[in-house]
Amino acid sequence: MSALAGLVRKEVFHILRDRRTLVVIVAMPILQVILFGYAIRTDVDRVRLAIVDPAPDAMTIALRARFDAAGVFDTVAVLPDARSLESLFKRGTAQGAVLFEPGFAETLGRGLPANVLIVGDASEPNTGSIVQAYAASVVQTYAQEQLARGPTLQIVPTVRMRFNPTRQSSNLFVPGLMAFVLTIVSSLMTAISLTREKETGTLEALLVSPLRPWQIIAGKVAPYIVVGFVSVLGVVAEARLVFDVPLRGSLTLLLVEGVLFILVSLSLGILISARTSSQRVAMMGALIGTMLPTMLLSGFIFPLESMPLPLRAISVIVPARWFVLVARSIMLKGTGLAYLWQPTLVLVLMAAVLLAASTRAFHERLEG
Amino acid sequence: MRPILFLARAEVLHVVRDRATLAQCLIVPIVQLLVLSNAATFQIRNTPTYVVDLDRSSASRGLVTRFAASGHFRVAAQSASLDLANDALLRGDVTMVLTIPRDFEASLVRTAAAPVELSVNAEKGSAAGIVQAYATAIVSAYAAELAAVHPRAVAREPFRRATIDVRTRSWYNPALNYRDYMVPGILVALVTLIGTLLTAQNIAREKELGTLEQLNVTPITRGQFIAAKLLPFWVLGLVDLAIGLLVGVLVFSIPIRGSLLLLFGAATIYLVVALAIGLWISTLVETQQQAMFVTFFVMNIYLLMSGLFTPIDSMAPWVQVVSQANPVRHFVTISRAVLVKGAGLADIARPLAILVVFAVVTLTLAVRQYSKRTA
Amino acid sequence: MTGDAMSADAATAGAAIAAHELTRRFGGFTAVDRITFDVRAGEVFGFLGANGAGKTTAIRMLTGLLAPSSGRATVAGYDIAREAEQIKRRIGYMSQRFSLYEDLTVRENIRLYGGIYGLGDREIRDRTARMLDRLGLEHAADGFVRAIPLGWRQKLAFSVALLHEPRVVFLDEPTSGVDPITRRQFWELIYEAAAAGTTVLVTTHYMDEAEYCDRISIMVAGRIAALGTPAELKRSFTVPSIDDLFVRLARETAK
Repeated sequence: MSALAGLVRKEVFHILRDRRTLVVIVAMPILQVILFGYAIRTDVDRVRLAIVDPAPDAMTIALRARFDAAGVFDTVAVLPDARSLESLFKRGTAQGAVLFEPGFAETLGRGLPANVLIVGDASEPNTGSIVQAYAASVVQTYAQEQLARGPTLQIVPTVRMRFNPTRQSSNLFVPGLMAFVLTIVSSLMTAISLTREKETGTLEALLVSPLRPWQIIAGKVAPYIVVGFVSVLGVVAEARLVFDVPLRGSLTLLLVEGVLFILVSLSLGILISARTSSQRVAMMGALIGTMLPTMLLSGFIFPLESMPLPLRAISVIVPARWFVLVARSIMLKGTGLAYLWQPTLVLVLMAAVLLAASTRAFHERLEG
Repeated sequence: MRPILFLARAEVLHVVRDRATLAQCLIVPIVQLLVLSNAATFQIRNTPTYVVDLDRSSASRGLVTRFAASGHFRVAAQSASLDLANDALLRGDVTMVLTIPRDFEASLVRTAAAPVELSVNAEKGSAAGIVQAYATAIVSAYAAELAAVHPRAVAREPFRRATIDVRTRSWYNPALNYRDYMVPGILVALVTLIGTLLTAQNIAREKELGTLEQLNVTPITRGQFIAAKLLPFWVLGLVDLAIGLLVGVLVFSIPIRGSLLLLFGAATIYLVVALAIGLWISTLVETQQQAMFVTFFVMNIYLLMSGLFTPIDSMAPWVQVVSQANPVRHFVTISRAVLVKGAGLADIARPLAILVVFAVVTLTLAVRQYSKRTA
Repeated sequence: MTGDAMSADAATAGAAIAAHELTRRFGGFTAVDRITFDVRAGEVFGFLGANGAGKTTAIRMLTGLLAPSSGRATVAGYDIAREAEQIKRRIGYMSQRFSLYEDLTVRENIRLYGGIYGLGDREIRDRTARMLDRLGLEHAADGFVRAIPLGWRQKLAFSVALLHEPRVVFLDEPTSGVDPITRRQFWELIYEAAAAGTTVLVTTHYMDEAEYCDRISIMVAGRIAALGTPAELKRSFTVPSIDDLFVRLARETAK
């Protein structure tokens, strides 16, 4: 047991001594969360609107004022006709347009329906839908207030937005982002320990030492778990302090799950390092090469329900998918282990399988 | 001139004869394109809904039917228990709970108004807003329908036809298909990865093997060396773009509304930037593995901040400013503008000009950074 | 016995290689410590020393791959610090790690280097034919280099290094891992080149190859510990072989 302690101590010493790398490992996830947290969003807070008003009258001007007052629209152009509208859209200058017909107020005054055409740039579909919905609601509210209603029957919906009343998309993305940056920092830690071991050739030395394979693995993983824990702490703190993501569940549970997730990622790295050099390069390449796609399959950005079945099936073996689920549940829904025992169990199993495979790989190295 | 051609020819032979590199250039991008294009969607469809109908009247059942038939919602479960519904919402089995109160129909008859409650899982932010918009639209449409059929229940008011008729149009993507938005962006990602990663890896491998040293000892200038190295990967990048476009059109039916010549012209300039970054990375690292790592790390940042997956307009203002310095962002804008909106040269003049500046700057810096002699 | 301090006029005196107090430091470690020597045109100069003695670092400075920390040197009359690119036109180099691309054919390799050094198509064709004939490799000309046995590969690499008829050629451990017969054939090629006027600087850790050189230097821990013809050195140090001389010098430095 003292041999194991010695190994752990040596590894910790290496980590602490390499100040620069340590700073990178701790600072990187924190910086990434800030950067990506502000970048990965799907909220539509402001809409760039173009107005086509061929014959402005009291009503069209009143409506235009409503758009300005709505607090969501930035009127980027007021055009007399629709000719240059296309190029505004193609350049991205305008995201939406409201087109009035000439004689708008007059038509309404004669008791006839008047037309308003709302165009949304649907190249990004959700933005397009939202632009149309916002604009339409401004017009419809105006109509309801200014014009007498026809026959009415009203079904009045009360809408409650659960788990995310502010509907900030960062509340959705930031928990998932935590999984993403933790994955990156784990593979970075693995790569660092691999490089160092390759440079000093210590892996072979360890293998012929009296240390048993499971001890070697434990010795390699343990120190990085601590570093990983610091990362988890930092990332959760950021989510709370910088992005105001609620934490309705247990902080302890979240931290424990975070460490569990890091353990799984590190175990994957250890498995790769257990392989011989040539295989290792290939596996490392595969790991890094699939990082972005697997992150996309984890439900981090794109909702899993929207994906076709084969991809949803693949996502089951992506560890990040489970942690994303856990993080969101704990933070936004306040769920506890009673609801989360399943994903937790999956993560535990993954760690166990990977560690067992690593142990066996080390055994093989010894014998073969 | 001759040294460039001779070296470039040798480079091409290296690439063509190395099965691993070929696979990386041709197969991996296609696979990634297929997987990513299928994964990358925020489409809202068949929102699973839990119906709690406490009225069980013909009016309430009519409303539920409207929801089910809308194509936007799917009635996943129905019961009289609000607790079960909440549970399902909590577990994530359903995204919305529609609760119709006990005297729904009676209320409609007596007072021409009745409430319903929609509980929407708003985790998904703006998507929840869209779900709400769909739901309230269905509810209003149903109300209008009922009004027409049950004149008795209608409030008595003088009938006026003065209304504002609001029509909406979705330009460029009437089907609201996320593929059209994502695939042009993913193509950019692929081309970027090929250009940057292959260059960085290739030169790093030469460093590892010692072949770089051999070239540094010859009178070939660094400008000639870099030109010879970049040329094959430049062509390869364009070939990959073409293949990717072909797959995009055949498999995903993405539109090509603008000029392909314009797109490839922009790609030519963009690739210079991507390759120059790969070259620069190669001067920082010693081994292929490091090259892979650094490239992916840098690429991740570029890609996630380029408006590829999530719109630039949604980013925080300061991030939007920072993203101006991201060449990927500009090519993604160009790619979408040309393919989906049919933009012409005048429309993409600004991002294109920025790319030209980037190309000159990055190439100059990378060449400067590369040295035949270790100081 | 170290070499005489050469004056800075060594370059104008027509030496093919002239180094004066050439030094290279890596942080706190001095890999090459004020070496001074010269090599005359057409000489076969043996640059001996143990692994890690600084031979490769010295060669990398002389070939313009590494900048010197201090000191001066000229190769083919050009200064290594300021005129490195001029030097590269006039030298050939066969490195320890690599020389020919294994995934290209013999002919393709020769074409590549010919083109890089600015030879015309006709010249490349003629010289290729002559080289293959001399080495007896016509049958393997269109096969990949990796298919050729190591010894042949080394001889081919040497010939390719001479393709553009350089004034000086640097060989870094060219005969490592090669059988004795091939080694002897290799040295025949070296003599041919020297007879044609090419200066050859060859490093090796095979001390018996020292006897083949016109003059040798022995580097120990970054310094030149001995410089002269093999016969002179054996006489002045009273040792029967260069190998013995080397062992003695290494032990002295270790003390």
